[in-house]
Amino acid sequence: MTGPAILLLLVGLGLVSWIFGRAKANRFIASGTKNLNSLPSYHGWYTALWAVIPALVFVLIWNSVSPALVIDMVLSDPKAAAITSDPFERGAILSEARDIADNPGQQAFKQEAAVLAPVYASAQSYYDIIAALAVGLLCFAGGAYAFLRIRPDFRARKRVEKLVMIVLLMASLIAILATLGIVASLIFESIRFFSIVPATEFFFGTQWSPKANVIEGQENGFGAVPLFWGTVFIGAIIAMIVAIPFGLMSAVYLTQYARPNVRKWMKPILEVLAGVPTVVYGYFAALTVAPALRDFAVSIGISNATSESALAAGLVMGVMIIPFVSSMADDSIAAVPSSMRDGSLAMGATKSETIKKVLIPAALPGVVGGVLLAVSRAIGETMIVVMAAGLAANLTANPFASVTTVTTQIVQLLTGDSDFNSPKVLAAFALGLTLFVVTLLLNLVALHIVKRYREAYE
Amino acid sequence: MNNRASPDRTLSRSTDWHGDAMQKRIAKRYAAERRFKYTGFAAVLISSAFLAFLLFVMVGNGLRGFQKTEISLPVDFVAATGGASAESLRGENAERAAASLDLQGVINTAIDIEYGADAELLFTDSTWTDARDQLLANPDLVTRKAAIWITASPEIDRAAKADGNAAAEILYARLKDAGKARTSFNWGFLTNADGTDPARVGIWGALKGSIITMLVTLALAFPVGVLAAVYLEEYAPSNRLTDLIEVSINNLAAVPSIIFGLLGLVVFLSWMELPRSSALVGGLTLALMTMPVIVIAGRNAIKSVPPSIREAALGVGSSPIQVVFHHVLPLALPGIMTGTIIGMARALGETAPLLMIGMRAFLTSPPQGLSDPSTVLPVQIYLWSDEVNRGFVEKTSAAIIILLLFLLTMNAFAIYLRNRFETRW
Repeated sequence: MTGPAILLLLVGLGLVSWIFGRAKANRFIASGTKNLNSLPSYHGWYTALWAVIPALVFVLIWNSVSPALVIDMVLSDPKAAAITSDPFERGAILSEARDIADNPGQQAFKQEAAVLAPVYASAQSYYDIIAALAVGLLCFAGGAYAFLRIRPDFRARKRVEKLVMIVLLMASLIAILATLGIVASLIFESIRFFSIVPATEFFFGTQWSPKANVIEGQENGFGAVPLFWGTVFIGAIIAMIVAIPFGLMSAVYLTQYARPNVRKWMKPILEVLAGVPTVVYGYFAALTVAPALRDFAVSIGISNATSESALAAGLVMGVMIIPFVSSMADDSIAAVPSSMRDGSLAMGATKSETIKKVLIPAALPGVVGGVLLAVSRAIGETMIVVMAAGLAANLTANPFASVTTVTTQIVQLLTGDSDFNSPKVLAAFALGLTLFVVTLLLNLVALHIVKRYREAYE
Repeated sequence: MNNRASPDRTLSRSTDWHGDAMQKRIAKRYAAERRFKYTGFAAVLISSAFLAFLLFVMVGNGLRGFQKTEISLPVDFVAATGGASAESLRGENAERAAASLDLQGVINTAIDIEYGADAELLFTDSTWTDARDQLLANPDLVTRKAAIWITASPEIDRAAKADGNAAAEILYARLKDAGKARTSFNWGFLTNADGTDPARVGIWGALKGSIITMLVTLALAFPVGVLAAVYLEEYAPSNRLTDLIEVSINNLAAVPSIIFGLLGLVVFLSWMELPRSSALVGGLTLALMTMPVIVIAGRNAIKSVPPSIREAALGVGSSPIQVVFHHVLPLALPGIMTGTIIGMARALGETAPLLMIGMRAFLTSPPQGLSDPSTVLPVQIYLWSDEVNRGFVEKTSAAIIILLLFLLTMNAFAIYLRNRFETRW
């Protein structure tokens, strides 16, 4: 039986039990019982849940157990005596036999598979019947147990609500599971990487040209310093040179100078910048910005300018970050008590003097926190750098040269082959772990600063 | 006598506000004020100008992607197919019948007769598939001599858009004057999947992949996100576990998207052995990314429902669960929906994590289900942007226009929901 069919069956049985449970509760009312503890529909739910959940648990367990049972039965068949004992080959034959059993009429590549297919089909249907009987029995038993417990004073609502609480808690725990999943997957693969390539080479080496075969005791091209530099250069230097002044000045203008109707229109327009998908920015950077910058570089006499430059990626990334910096600055400026601003204005300072000498210094911790968050977002950004920054791992401060970043290399290493034993693939996880830790730290520090600053004015 | 009333002080008091020096100073300060204001205005203006420029470039390039160039080709079907009947091209066996007609040969002969030496430049190898599609759509063609419109080669297409090489432009001008070339709306771009010939590629494959992926994401992230938001906002006791959940959610919201791709690669593909490149895995990965957004939006929406509602419901005997599910949640729903749509829009534009789990395959047909290899719109844009063939530039931009239209619609819907249903308490 297929998964959807079983689910549909369970839903149907659940519905039937719901109707029966509710009907029984309704009968109490009809027969004159005044104080039914729970509403009839709760009795219905209680019955339905008892009918469905045990059966569902059984199906889940059965799904993980039954393939092994089927294979055992197939192998114990006399027709299977002839096939090889090589586990790899045997696995291939068995899976082909299963395919043929599932889709009759398919041509077999291996003779053994064709012979085994009917055996497989009969074994499968044998266990399917057992499973269907068990599901039906569990459903009936659970439903009957619940049905028999329904009485006027039975606290069905309490029990149903207990389950709802459990479901709510489980939904919340998924967040922890996801975090654990990230940490576990990164750490396991990174440990395997560092057992092949020494951590000192990875963190301090300056040669990046990963090789598939690692020779111990010599440099294997896993020095990630050029990648770290490229990431910092594009994300934390060039992008921030664009984003901080533009973001800050936009926030100042929109909060302090702009008339309300200008603000009403300009703020959403700026926010659209943050909503444009990064792949669009990447394409724009590669198609329009990078060639223009290369021509510009050539015209001012930089001969080795490439069409994949750090500047193109950084500029476009900076524009993408503007609304982020702007909204953080907006929040911090708004959090400065108005008494400070009024005081400064009352002393005769002009608006710009108040902003420059009172508001921004007072809002500085919040702005710095916002900038750190922006940096953490910029260094984790992938598509712009993949499409515009290039792959050459150069350790250079020339903005017209091609540099590569951590995220670009992760994409580069993981597209193509996915052999989890190759140090090239594992290196991507070491890079991912570094990125994860750095962005996490930046976020923690930023949130700490912002929180401290908020407290200072509250 | 008070000796502190010094002459100094009298002097400083009588500052000459109308003197030249002071006026100059004030003028300077006001000038600085104006400069500062205009700098701010310029910052806003330049940022919006960048956006306008980006959209301008994309629309300018992309609109041409919605047009195609066609060339008229007279074919004598009766003679070339030996009198095949129109009936044979109808019904179930039509495709097989069409295949038996050797249309490739028929069309190549017709091209040779009509265009001779120019054929190389005018058409591509897959030209005959156009003829097949038209025959299947209109079987009566086979019984007569007909001029059919065939998609031109990418070179001619670019020449028609004034972007081709000299030879192609001359040839196109000649055909155009003779009425043998035309440009029309490229419906194929909306109904085809990926391919190698830029004149024939379409985005339907990627769009369908995106839709399936988004449905998986929505089906997983919405219930989990809303339930988690309800738990954290309404029921969670303040203990270690709750702190841990909150830290996890805030952390997930800040993790770079590519890390989710690594998670998907290891957990879903390597450990759970789900099908690679499938919309299922893509949806799962994006759901993990979108869930924190929904939780945070959901918590804000639930928080904004005033406590009086809860107290009133409790007062008439509701249980805490009934309070939330019958009263608080329906009132918070518009806010939750707005947050969900914004989160989904972000997921729709996401590329990097999907590259990690292999959704970058070259697929010439749309996915049929959850576990079929599929690709999504942003990844398709990325793949086309890497193509060497110049004809793909306009297709990439055209795909970007479609993606931006989708995002615009979603965001507009979110704003509409917020304005229409949000209650200010």
